[in-house]
Amino acid sequence: MVDAVLFEFLHTEMVAELWAHEADPDPGPGEQKMNLLVLESMGFRVGQALGERLPRETLALREELDVLKFLCKDLWVAVFQKQMDSLRTNHQGTYVLQDSSFPLLIRMASGLQYVEEAPKFLAFTCGLLRGTLSTLGIKSLVTASVVALPACRFQVVVQRS
Amino acid sequence: MISDADHLADSKEQKQESTEVALESHSEEELANRKQSRRKEIEGPIPHLSSAMSRPAHRRPEYHKINKDLFVLTYGALVAQLCKDYEKDEDVNKYLDKMGHGIGTRLVEDFLARSCVRRCHSYSEIIDIIAQVAFKMYLGITPSVACNNSSRNEFSLILDKNPLVEFVEELPAGRTSLCYCNLLCGIIRGALEMVHLDADVAFLQDRLKGDSVTEIGITFLKKPDEKKYRRKK
Repeated sequence: MVDAVLFEFLHTEMVAELWAHEADPDPGPGEQKMNLLVLESMGFRVGQALGERLPRETLALREELDVLKFLCKDLWVAVFQKQMDSLRTNHQGTYVLQDSSFPLLIRMASGLQYVEEAPKFLAFTCGLLRGTLSTLGIKSLVTASVVALPACRFQVVVQRS
Repeated sequence: MISDADHLADSKEQKQESTEVALESHSEEELANRKQSRRKEIEGPIPHLSSAMSRPAHRRPEYHKINKDLFVLTYGALVAQLCKDYEKDEDVNKYLDKMGHGIGTRLVEDFLARSCVRRCHSYSEIIDIIAQVAFKMYLGITPSVACNNSSRNEFSLILDKNPLVEFVEELPAGRTSLCYCNLLCGIIRGALEMVHLDADVAFLQDRLKGDSVTEIGITFLKKPDEKKYRRKK
C-alpha cells in the first residue's frame, strides 16, 4: 500500500521545480521548462489513467451532473481523503467546485499570503479533473482560482462539439 | 493547450464571468463527517452512491486502489516528461535523484514523527530500519538487506516487489541506462543527510535493465571529524 503522503511530497517537489525554473531566466537549449502547462498535462495523463481504474458503475453514469457529483464525492475522497465542499452549476455545462480546505494548499499558508503562487499548486489537479472527465466521456476545460488559502475553486466548462 | 494557458492565467476574469452566467446553487454539499456521514440529496436519489455511507468513504477497496495508483501514475508521468525534456539518460537520472533528495529531506521528518524507532548504534541498524520500517510504511514492501563488506559500511537493499514499476513493462526505446526508480535513491540519500549521515546511494542492479533482481547500494561515507555513530532520535 503506497502511502498517501508520498503523492503530496512528490507534487510539492514538482511544483518546486517550476519555481526553480522560473528563477532561471535562460534555461539551456533543449530543456523545456516545467511550467503550468506541463503540470496540467501531466495531471491530465494521470486523470485519464485513474479514470480507467474506476469501478464499473461509474463508467455507466449517463448524466453529466452525476459525473460531476461523482468527482466531488468519490474521486475527491479517493485522492484527497475528503469530499468537495460544494458544487454549483448553471445546468448549461458550467460547474464550480469549491473546496474550502484543499489539501495541497493547506501546508502553504492561510489567508491572502502566497495567493499568487497558488495556481502552481492547482495546475496538476486541474489536469487530473480534466483527464478523469475525458475518460468518462466528457470533454472540458478546467481552471482554478484562489481567493484566500486554503480555499480554492475549480471551474469545469464542458465543451460540447 | 493554448486556451488552457489563457484560462489559467485569467483566473480573476473567469470568476467574474461565472457570476454573470448566474450560477444557481442547486447543489450545495455538506461536509462529510468521518463517523456519521449524512448527505443532502442534490437532485433525486443516487442509489449507487448512497451505499458509501455504511463505512468511511475513503476506506472502500476501490478508493484504496485509486489512492495507491495515484503516486505510481504521477511518478510515471514525471519520468515520461523528464524523458521528453532531457535526451541523455544520465540527465534524467540526475534530475530524479535531485528531486528525490528534496523529498527525502522532508520525508524523514514525517517518518520520525510516525514511527517509534529507537536510537541506532550502527549502520546496519539504520539499514534495517530503512528496509523494515520506512519502506514498509511508505511503499508497503520490505526489501531484504545484505552487507557487502567487512568494514560494515556498504549495504544492499534487494527489492523483490516494487510498486513504482507496476505499470512499467520495459524501459522506453533508446533509454537503456535510465534508472527508472532513481527517485528512491535520492530520497534515501536526502533522508540520511538530514540525520547527519553522508551516503552514496545508487542502483546496483535493475530488473528493468534485465538483471535478475533490483538492488539499491548504500555506502556510508565517513566524514573526517565524525564522531562514531552519532545519531539523535
